[in-house]
Amino acid sequence: MRKIRNYTIAAVLLAVWIFGYVLDSGITNSVLSSGLRFGMPLALAAMVGIMCERSGVINIGIEGTMLLSGFFGFYAGVYTKNVLIGFAAAIIAGITASFLHAMMTIVWKMDQIIAGTIINILASGLTSFLYVAGVTIPNNWPIFDIPVLSKLPLVGESFFSQQGPIQYLGLIFIPFIWIMMYKTRWGLRTRSIGENPGSADTAGVSVIRMRITNVVLGGAIGGLVGGFICLELVGSFSKEFTAGAGFTALALMIFGRWNPLGAFAAAIAFGLAQALSTQLQIFGVQEIPQQFINILPYVFTIAVLAFSAGKVRPPAAAGAPYEKEKA
Amino acid sequence: MKLRISKDALVPIGSVLVALGIGAVLIAAQGHSPLVAYKVLLIKGFSSVAGLQETLSKAGILIMSGLAITVGLRAGLFNIGAQGQVITGALAFTFIGYKVQGLPAPIHILVALIFAIIVSSLLGAFVGFLKASRGVHEVISTIMLNSIMAGIVDYLAQNQLKQPGQPNTRTPDILASARLPHLFGWPIGFAIAIALAFALSWVLKRTTTGFELETVGRNRAAAWYAGISVKKSIVLGMMLSAAIAGFTGGIYSSETTGYFVPAFYSGIGFDGITIALLGRANPIALIPGAIFIGGMRSAQSAIQFESGVAPDIINLLLALVLFFATAPFLAKLLKSNAKSVTTTSGWSS
Repeated sequence: MRKIRNYTIAAVLLAVWIFGYVLDSGITNSVLSSGLRFGMPLALAAMVGIMCERSGVINIGIEGTMLLSGFFGFYAGVYTKNVLIGFAAAIIAGITASFLHAMMTIVWKMDQIIAGTIINILASGLTSFLYVAGVTIPNNWPIFDIPVLSKLPLVGESFFSQQGPIQYLGLIFIPFIWIMMYKTRWGLRTRSIGENPGSADTAGVSVIRMRITNVVLGGAIGGLVGGFICLELVGSFSKEFTAGAGFTALALMIFGRWNPLGAFAAAIAFGLAQALSTQLQIFGVQEIPQQFINILPYVFTIAVLAFSAGKVRPPAAAGAPYEKEKA
Repeated sequence: MKLRISKDALVPIGSVLVALGIGAVLIAAQGHSPLVAYKVLLIKGFSSVAGLQETLSKAGILIMSGLAITVGLRAGLFNIGAQGQVITGALAFTFIGYKVQGLPAPIHILVALIFAIIVSSLLGAFVGFLKASRGVHEVISTIMLNSIMAGIVDYLAQNQLKQPGQPNTRTPDILASARLPHLFGWPIGFAIAIALAFALSWVLKRTTTGFELETVGRNRAAAWYAGISVKKSIVLGMMLSAAIAGFTGGIYSSETTGYFVPAFYSGIGFDGITIALLGRANPIALIPGAIFIGGMRSAQSAIQFESGVAPDIINLLLALVLFFATAPFLAKLLKSNAKSVTTTSGWSS
């Protein structure tokens, strides 16, 4: 039943897309590509959540991880005049933050929700204190068309043209995580320690080590997202730029049933909704006050959860620190 | 008993010292003097009568906001949306405070406070309902509601509830009959906050409702077996938490701000999280931490002027204090056996 429903939804969306493309390819392409730009950072941030939660660790600290890495990435890029070094710094910052998270949740067995909140508060305190206004990154990060693919009809202009490297990378990276999660030994082990760490341990999987590895790898992705937003999409750092995106990503992860492709689809749908509402504003729907347009993503997030959260099943061991049973 | 309490206090005090140490390094790295900055931050709020009065006024607000988070934590709910509930309650209070005329002072304050409590507890009920019946984790729904309420409140203060003829986003002044008086300059709000802390401690320890909330917070399955309605307790716990947050916003408007501008209230709800966790979700134990943080917050506006250090240093210091106080390694180092705070683990409700 669910499959039939999903295919129907996909078919309807495809029909709308083709209809819009034939009617006015310019607007359709611009809505789609801005939807992708809104959705990709959320999709990648949702991957952080999936990496952690599939292995049994709830990560509320994605928000703070992105904030920290955006900060260090941006200022590293500014002061070295090299965006690539900025990205490296962002990833290192993400790894550091998530290592702290791993220590708190896995080694010290702290409450995972509180540990994540501490990461968020630390990130917000540190970045707002160290914030320096009025600096800009060097303008040498490429925005380009992908040869051949960008010339394709329908998908060419919306998916493969006038984007930055990380945006394109995401299109490959998310399916890659899906393959890793469902088709490799690593993925099977990751999912098993998130469902039943006790039996995974009995079968010889080192639960603690594997969880730390996954949380830190997730942090590296979170670092990439922070850098992606500050260095590629926006080109600047502002205080609290994440503005709840880390939590929205978690909602999308839940909506996508902890599946990388599901979360990706949810994130793109979310991005499209945002792109559409921006488009509506451009078309002069002036009666809607700015404040109400701004709160739409948050309303969507709650709505998405209200319709999905109770119906999906999270990884069984997510949220519980692992304690080896003593003989 | 005495010994145990003093040992429990070691961890918070130790974490304050470590945080101040790290902060000093960062301040020095920016080319400022940590000593001058800390003199403003730690002494100014306590060194004069006027400073002390301001500190206690701020501390009262922070105690209440910490209590809001604490009630939630005791019921196993992590209400990080207190900020949104504070501003909602504040605007609701302000609205009754300037709109309704001709009421005698105590009744006017009471009516406005009740309105603030009703509006904010409805917000809490919504979150509780989402969790109890739809399985939506309160951490996500409340953080989203923070942004949503910020938008709505900002819209109202810019339109329907705006002071006519004012270019800025602000409401008219609250009438004198809805302003809390000062007792020879000393804040009444602080006394209310202390009373609320003891009342809440009593409710949690001695009443059936409190027992039910705590049981649900500690072990849902056990609560269910004992015949406690878990869903009802979740909604009730969330409502109580949000009601206190809204009450906080009302008292702050009545005693301090006098009219509504969104920025007046920033940080109150988030400081409440820090205070509640420092007090390990104990209504009485959070009071010293709230007074300490109240002192820093009341010196916030002076620090840039007197020492050149950005006021954000306070956010950083508080974040560090929170980290060192909740992460168990400092506790192990100091051989304290204070229990750590837990929320409900996992996503499912």
